[in-house]
Amino acid sequence: MNTVLAFGPIGSNSMLRINCPHCGERDYTEFRYAGDANKARPAHGTGDLKTWHDYVFIFDNPKGPHREYWQHVFGCRQWLILERNTATNITGASQLTDTSRAS
Amino acid sequence: MANRYSAFSLLKHALTGAPWQRAWRSPQPKSSYDVIIVGGGGHGLATAYYLAANHGIRNIAVLEKSYIGSGNVGRNTTLIRSNYILGGNTHFFEHSMKLWEGLSHALNYNVMVSQRGQIVLAHNPSQLDVLGRKGNTMKLNGIDAQLLDRGDVMRILPYLDFSNECRFPIYGGLLQQRAGTVRHDAVAWGYARAASELGVDIIENCEVTGFLENEGTISGVETTRGRIMAGRTAICVAGHSSRLAAMAGLRLPVESHILQAFVTESIKPLIHHVVTFGADLFYISQSDKGGLVFGGHIDGFNTYTQRGQFPKVQDVAECAVALIPGVSRLRLLRHWGGIQDMTPDGSPFIGRTPVKNLYFNGGWCYQGFKATPASGWCFAHTIAHDDEHPLARHFSLDRHMHGNGFDEYGLGLWTYRQ
Ligand SMILES: Cc1cc2nc3c(=O)[nH]c(=O)nc-3n(C[C@H](O)[C@H](O)[C@H](O)COP(=O)(O)OP(=O)(O)OC[C@H]3O[C@@H](n4cnc5c(N)ncnc54)[C@H](O)[C@@H]3O)c2cc1C
Ligand SMILES: [Zn+2]
Repeated sequence: MNTVLAFGPIGSNSMLRINCPHCGERDYTEFRYAGDANKARPAHGTGDLKTWHDYVFIFDNPKGPHREYWQHVFGCRQWLILERNTATNITGASQLTDTSRAS
Repeated sequence: MANRYSAFSLLKHALTGAPWQRAWRSPQPKSSYDVIIVGGGGHGLATAYYLAANHGIRNIAVLEKSYIGSGNVGRNTTLIRSNYILGGNTHFFEHSMKLWEGLSHALNYNVMVSQRGQIVLAHNPSQLDVLGRKGNTMKLNGIDAQLLDRGDVMRILPYLDFSNECRFPIYGGLLQQRAGTVRHDAVAWGYARAASELGVDIIENCEVTGFLENEGTISGVETTRGRIMAGRTAICVAGHSSRLAAMAGLRLPVESHILQAFVTESIKPLIHHVVTFGADLFYISQSDKGGLVFGGHIDGFNTYTQRGQFPKVQDVAECAVALIPGVSRLRLLRHWGGIQDMTPDGSPFIGRTPVKNLYFNGGWCYQGFKATPASGWCFAHTIAHDDEHPLARHFSLDRHMHGNGFDEYGLGLWTYRQ
């Protein structure tokens, strides 16, 4: 897993490494970040502007646990959901997204 | 001002050896204030100063969770400029530039404004066309701009890579001579001192942990130094905006991202301007101590750790060497990160919130330092009059709801790709 350096704030990592369920652990530079995965896309045909506005523009932006999309652009090109703590960058579980959502 | 700085006071202290007074008072928090400003960075301190200086409101506290200068105001790369294209931006940032030009006198504090000029480079003909259009827009708005061709750039910046092999050939550039740098710590200290002189209480080591809210109205804050009541409360916490907003039940169009900055070992004077690469986000200048100061893009994913990722060091160093091959052997002395709010359109928010008596200033992305004086000026107006300042009306919190995104760079509305 991630190596914790002997200096610096406890829990901070030398480099963000992401575990692609398909390819294994790689540097984050192989991936493209694609935002908060907790947002639920409004149902097709939803007419309420505020719902769409919040979906597109508003972020919870927590300091702590975060579920987020990444795409392994320089690997298998799969989309995945990663758990990462935004206060430490320490990563948790990762899983491939439902392939019907991948683009 | 009781302890006004002047040539005379300098001489007096030199001769008598008398200790200098602290630059600002360090009072205990009172139980209530007319206005509480959360966050003692550049924007919070400027807001307090202009509330006192322009609007006569003096019963103010600035609550800072750490020490003055600990946030982005002391972490940025000190670049100021007013070379914008979009209507609202040109006037707002030019107002800031004019305030910078008089700031040392207004504050009686030398903030070391250095109008050394900034040159943005063009690496293909169409980019030069865009810079030409930008320059014309600026001139029409009374802002100085000068379009440079390749020969001009060769003359002014002879150390750039003009070889045939270079990856991004230089076609020309746009010079704003009034742009430059300002000593960032001095901005925080100067505003703090001047605000304190006008009666503002600057309270360090005082973290706001919650708001006192009753039926949609804020009446004060909970802090690590106790409860403090306030007529009006204003948020100016840079990269922590979402956290403060959440305490008031608000969700923002903001993600927190890390931006890194770099300083090399000192060398003799080489770079006399601020030079901005046109092929990637990269800019470089030389500090008075001789170090080259430069920065680039955010790391690219939201985080609150003030510690950058190594690949970004490489990206930024590659930009430096692509532009100025001669710096390839320099060693990096220091590098650090700051957490900044990124907004969907790259533009900030200055104004009222849906919560009564709560005002919000944030979302500054890459451009918050140059904006500091105008931001404080406009935000003070908003707090004093419960209304947006005409120069900042378009920076409203609900603009995306109305399709009024303010996308200066034409990058599209994507926070983490700015
Ligand atoms: C590396 C880097 C380079 C940059 N370069 C430039 C540049 O060249 N030009 C430019 O225009 N802009 C630049 N910026 C952007 C600019 O620095 C920021 O937008 C601007 O400083 C933010 O406003 P501020 O000064 O008020 O922030 P800060 O100084 O960060 O002030 C916010 C304060 O709020 C405090 N705070 C947070 N939470 C709480 C709480 N709960 N209670 C009390 N206090 C709290 C923090 O401790 C902090 O002191 C750069 C930013 C970075 C990180
Ligand atoms: Zn993969």
